[in-house]
Parts: sequence; C-alpha cells; structure tokens
Amino acid sequence: MAAAKRETDIGPPHYEQFLHPVIKKNYGTWKYHETLKPGVMVHVAESGDKIFTVRAASPRLVSTDFIRDLASLADKHCEGHLRFTSRNNCEFMTGEQKNIDPLIADLAKLGIPVGGLNNSISNIVHTQGWVHCHTPATDASGVVKVLMDDLIDYFTHEKLPAKLRVALACCLNMCGAVHCSDIAVLGIHRRPPKVNNARVTDLCEIPTTVSSCPTAAIRPAMVDGKQTVTVDESRCMYCGNCYTSCPAMPLANPINDGVSIWVGGKVSNARSMPMFSKLAIPYLPNNPPRWPEVTDAVRKLVEVYAKHAIKHERFGEWANRIGWPRFFELTGLEFTKYHIDDYKLAQKTLRSTAQIKF
Amino acid sequence: MADHVHKYKTPMLDELEKGPWPSFVKEIKRAAAKRPMAEGLLGQLERSYKDKQTYWKHGGLVGIQGYGAGIIGRYSALGTEFPEVAAFHTVRINQPAGWFYTSKALRTLCDIWDKHGSGLLNVHGSTGDFVLLGTTSEKLEDCFTDYSNAGWDLGGSSSDMRTPSCCNGMARCEFACFDTMALCHDLTMTYQDELHRPAFPYKFKIKIAGCPNDCVASIARSDLSIMGTWKDEIRIDQAECQAYIKAGMDIVAEITGMCPTACMTWDGKTMKINNHECNRCMHCINFMPKALRHGKETGATILVGGKAPILEGAQLASVVVPFMPMKAPFSEIKEFIQKLWDVWGENGNNRERIGEFMLRVGVGNFMESIGEAPNPNMVMHPRENPYIFYEEYFEEE
Repeated sequence: MAAAKRETDIGPPHYEQFLHPVIKKNYGTWKYHETLKPGVMVHVAESGDKIFTVRAASPRLVSTDFIRDLASLADKHCEGHLRFTSRNNCEFMTGEQKNIDPLIADLAKLGIPVGGLNNSISNIVHTQGWVHCHTPATDASGVVKVLMDDLIDYFTHEKLPAKLRVALACCLNMCGAVHCSDIAVLGIHRRPPKVNNARVTDLCEIPTTVSSCPTAAIRPAMVDGKQTVTVDESRCMYCGNCYTSCPAMPLANPINDGVSIWVGGKVSNARSMPMFSKLAIPYLPNNPPRWPEVTDAVRKLVEVYAKHAIKHERFGEWANRIGWPRFFELTGLEFTKYHIDDYKLAQKTLRSTAQIKF
Repeated sequence: MADHVHKYKTPMLDELEKGPWPSFVKEIKRAAAKRPMAEGLLGQLERSYKDKQTYWKHGGLVGIQGYGAGIIGRYSALGTEFPEVAAFHTVRINQPAGWFYTSKALRTLCDIWDKHGSGLLNVHGSTGDFVLLGTTSEKLEDCFTDYSNAGWDLGGSSSDMRTPSCCNGMARCEFACFDTMALCHDLTMTYQDELHRPAFPYKFKIKIAGCPNDCVASIARSDLSIMGTWKDEIRIDQAECQAYIKAGMDIVAEITGMCPTACMTWDGKTMKINNHECNRCMHCINFMPKALRHGKETGATILVGGKAPILEGAQLASVVVPFMPMKAPFSEIKEFIQKLWDVWGENGNNRERIGEFMLRVGVGNFMESIGEAPNPNMVMHPRENPYIFYEEYFEEE
C-alpha cells in the first residue's frame, strides 16, 4: 500500500481557535481575579467581563473515555471550553456563574474532586514509574494515588499557611523535575548496576558507556576475551546514566530500591528566591500497593509545617526561618550521615557559624 | 464496563481503585474493556507491583518517516507473557500553547488514538506534550497520518529542542507581563526543524512564564527560561487597598512586613512603594491583585541552564539577560537563542546540557562567547576565590 499523503512540520494548531469567546475578547486586558470558593475563581477584565474557572483533579494517566467525560462536561456547562494546568489539573471555564455548581455536581458524580488553588495541595506532578519506564526505582502513579487519597482534604480545602507543591519522580533522572518542590518523593536505587558481560559487546558502545558516568566509576575491561566494562562500586551513586547508554547494565534491585523524601524547594520568586528541596528522609521501602510508610511520612511533614509556619510562608521559608536543626527537632526525623552532602560543592552546605539555638 | 472480564487477575492494583482520589487503575481498566493493549498493561503492571521492579526495556529506535523525534520506543521484558504490550511505544503530540482545548479537538485526538493505540494517555507529559502511551511500530505511520491530517504534529524527544511550553499568560491572567502563548507558538513554528530532527549535543528545553511566579517552573525545568517582568512602577489603587483592609487583611503583617526588600510602607491610609528598590518578587501583587498591578514597561528576564540532576547535579537556570523586551515578531529572543545554539552546538560534549557546558567553559567565558556583557545580576555575589585567569597583563619591553 502506498504511503498515505501527509505533510511534515505543520506544528501544533494555533491556540486562538481553542479560546473561550470571553477570553478571546478580553485577551491581555485582565484586571484582577478572586477566589469564590475552593477550586473556583473568577477573572475580571477591564471591560467588566468575567470568566469563571473550576479546577478539577485528574489522575494524569487516563483513558480516552475520561477525556470524553471531561469534553461532555465542557459542552454541557462551559460552552465547549477547557484547559489543563502544568500540574495536570483540568480547568473548566465559563462565562456564566450559574454554571459552576451544576458542573461541580456533575464532576462529583464522576468522582472528580474540585480544588487545588491557593493555600492547598494541588495535584502531584509525577513521572511514569513501573507503568512505562525502564529506570524507575518505584512506581509513580500508585504512590501519587495513595498520597492524594490521604491528603485530599488539603486539595479540596485551603487550610495551609501557603501553597504546598508536591512532586514525585521515580528516579534521579527526574522527568518530573522534583528538585524544587515543597515536598518531593524521589525514587532511589541503592546498589550499582549489574554488568551483563556477555551482552555488553552486542548492545553497548564502550567509550560512550565509560563517559556516561559522572563519577568516572566505569572502566573498559576484557572478560573471557570479550570487551566489556567494570564498575568501581565504591564510586557509584546509582544515577542510572550508564544504563540509559548501555542496556546491559540494569540497575533495578527489588529489595533495595525505594524512595527518599525532600522538602523546602520552590520555583516562584515571591518573597524568597527559588530554592532546591533538601533531604528529609534518605530511604523508605517500596511497599506496594499502598506505600504506608510514604503516606505516613508525607502526612507528618504536612502537618508539622501547617502547625508551625506563619501565613504566606512556604515550607522552605519556614524551615530556613526556624533553622534546619529545629526542623529535625519538630518533625522528629532522624538526622543521619546521609543528610550531609558529600558531592561537589558540599562545603557550601556546611554551617560555619556559632549561631546555634539550644 | 462492569460486565467486562479482565484477562489478568490484579489483586494489588485493585487496591488502588479504592479511595477518594481519581484512580489511574480504573482508567486502565476502562481502556482495557475495549483494547487488548491496555489489558496487557494491567497484567504487566500487576507483576511489577508483586515483584517491586519495572519490566520495561530500554527504548529502541522507532519513528516516523521524515522525523527524528517525537516517538519513544518502548518494549516489554515480558513480551511472551504479556504479548499485548510486547511493543508499547509513546507518541508525543505537540500541545496547543497554554493547553487550551475545545471539546471537539479533544474528541478528535481521542478518536484517532482509539483507532491506533492503547486508549491510554497522559494529559500532559512533563515537558508539556499531549502524551499517547502504547502503540506498535506497524501502526505509527497511519497513526501519525491521521493526526497530521487533523492538524496536529509531533513534539520533541532526544537531543533536540524539546516542545516549548508556557503558562496561560494574557489569555487568563492579569499578572502576564507579555504574551506567553504568542511567543510559545511562534518559537515552536520557527524551530520546527530543531524540534523534529535532533542535532544538538543534548536536549534543550524552553519554558515561558508570564511573571516571576513562574507557574510553569521554567527556572527549574528548562534550559532557557523566559520569565516576564517589568521595569517601571507598580500601579497602586489606594481605594482598593482600603477595601482589602475592610475585608480583614492585615496589610502590615501580610504584605509590607513580608516584602523582601522592605521597599513598601502602609501607614493605615496610603500605600507607598520605592520602586527603585523593588525586586519584582510578586508577593504584594499576588495577594492584593485588585490594588496592585505590575508596571507598563514590560518584558522578560532571560535565564539559562536549568536542569534535573543527571549528570553533574541539579541546576536552577541563572540570569543571562536581566531585561529583554518581548514583543512580536520576537526578533531579539530569536537572535539570542541562535547564539546559544551556535556556541553550545559547536562546543558542547555529547549529552552535555547547556547549563553544564556554561560551568565547564566558565560562565564569564560563556557570556563573552554569546556577546553578553558581564552584569552583577548574573551572580549572587562576586567570586570569593582568588584563582583568576587574567587575560590582560604587561610584558617587559
């Protein structure tokens, strides 16, 4: 069969055709916005026109029928218009305030909660995990599901001192870029890759594999007359970069893989500058299907923050104000050798002062 | 759906159908009721839950004729046991700027995916694409042809310009300092070749935020962060300040007292801002949007080099151009992007992100090579070590 006719490089459709008429008319002339109730806001334009937004949850990994459900609700209540946020929420937009409550009622019938604005926990951004990736140290969708099951009141209500952004990445590659989140759950491998010497020659380019290692732990080697590589295990930090270059060096290790918890990062510039998340818990086991150790740890962190931070203070701003020694005291978390950085520029993270609280 | 009998038993995954948050397991089962591929995914995922490890193999080389990117090959390590997912490739469809859709557009996207794939998708992926999970090599060409004929195209993957993404900007936000969606669409269309045919040392992500709140996390997640800002004065509506007081706001405790530069005062009657000292953090504007608005001389701060940890450690993007006007046809930012790509493309190592490249050659040298004059906004503070590589010195005559 001859190839069907089609063009290349047409690019995405122009966004303008997807904009709600009220948005199109008032584009670039929005004056202010207000929150009407959790998950619902109104934007008011210079013209006096209003666009109402209802923010709804999504599990991110969805079926086409889920998207059709959303499309039907958009047709029924929102003149056929909707969008998605950078945290995988679905936002319904309508010019009519009277459409809001019937829409929320219909969402509830589908089991979809509304919230995620302002001082709440919005949807957890996450990666593929065991669902569709070759390097994960944990699942992504499953851990997110059990966390949000537990934290849903913080999604549907705005009862935190400030917004709290949670993210999950299933390995250090961080497709989910969790390194600047208020609370980050990060899958970790804890053992070096196992080299399958018989397959390295066929599957891998040796120089690329050697140079893929950030700590120069990988060396070329000859085993049974075949070219392969060896790993200096004392130098390996389990990043998995070699496995991405060389499939004959698998890293998965069911009894040692797990998750670590990081806190206090942010990307916005409000008040303090953007910050990286810092290590809170170096290791928790993978305990599917509901990861109880992880949900307990995250809930505890959320509750301690909610109790002690002042209004508008993000997690990292709070921890910096009280000092990290106090953070460990309040959370009861163990401070271990692993909390002290020993990679490049580690000295910058040491405390060189006699200003100590007792 | 209730009547459908699933091929594989999934006692562990079934636990994740419980609870108040929408369930991805329920979604996989919905797709599985119609398509065997999703059924296979249930089987393999249950095995992963039991064994605590992934069963996906390293990606293979698959693609569309005329494209070098946009499809990610994915094969199962348990292909004989779960033949439905022996091949389960990803298709990245370039999202419309700002992630706005109509119900009609979404139905078209879904109908084509049901015809050619598993019926499962991510809305959206981390980079911003509309991500379709699970199809076979044989179906790719027909699948793409249907999308192309419906007006959609592939996004990026591998060592190319990844699909640019942006916040909803002027479409629905009063904080937007420039038209993020216009810029995002323009860059995406201008650089179709760079998006679809990998020719860089490594990936290059562009994210565009309309203000320093950075709702798309551009500073953390992109090699080139274009973040809206303004140069002139914050516009104050004194009457609306009073209205916030009446509504119960403690302006001193919540707003002026939390200003990081202490550049604003509230004496109970009048809001005063020393704009020369304001660092554009957005705190006051965020919480008093009716009373305070950003200035009118708007543009963007350009930051370069953000990335996740692999290889040399995580980096936040850092300032290269403190202020650049950002208006169509966006010539200045395009010239800037071209300079970045020329220098990094020529001198970057294989799998070296531009942020790592900058540090390797020295940020001062990097700035020189792209023609940017040193500016104190580029650093937290001047250098502390005395190991200076002097380039000017005297020779004895």
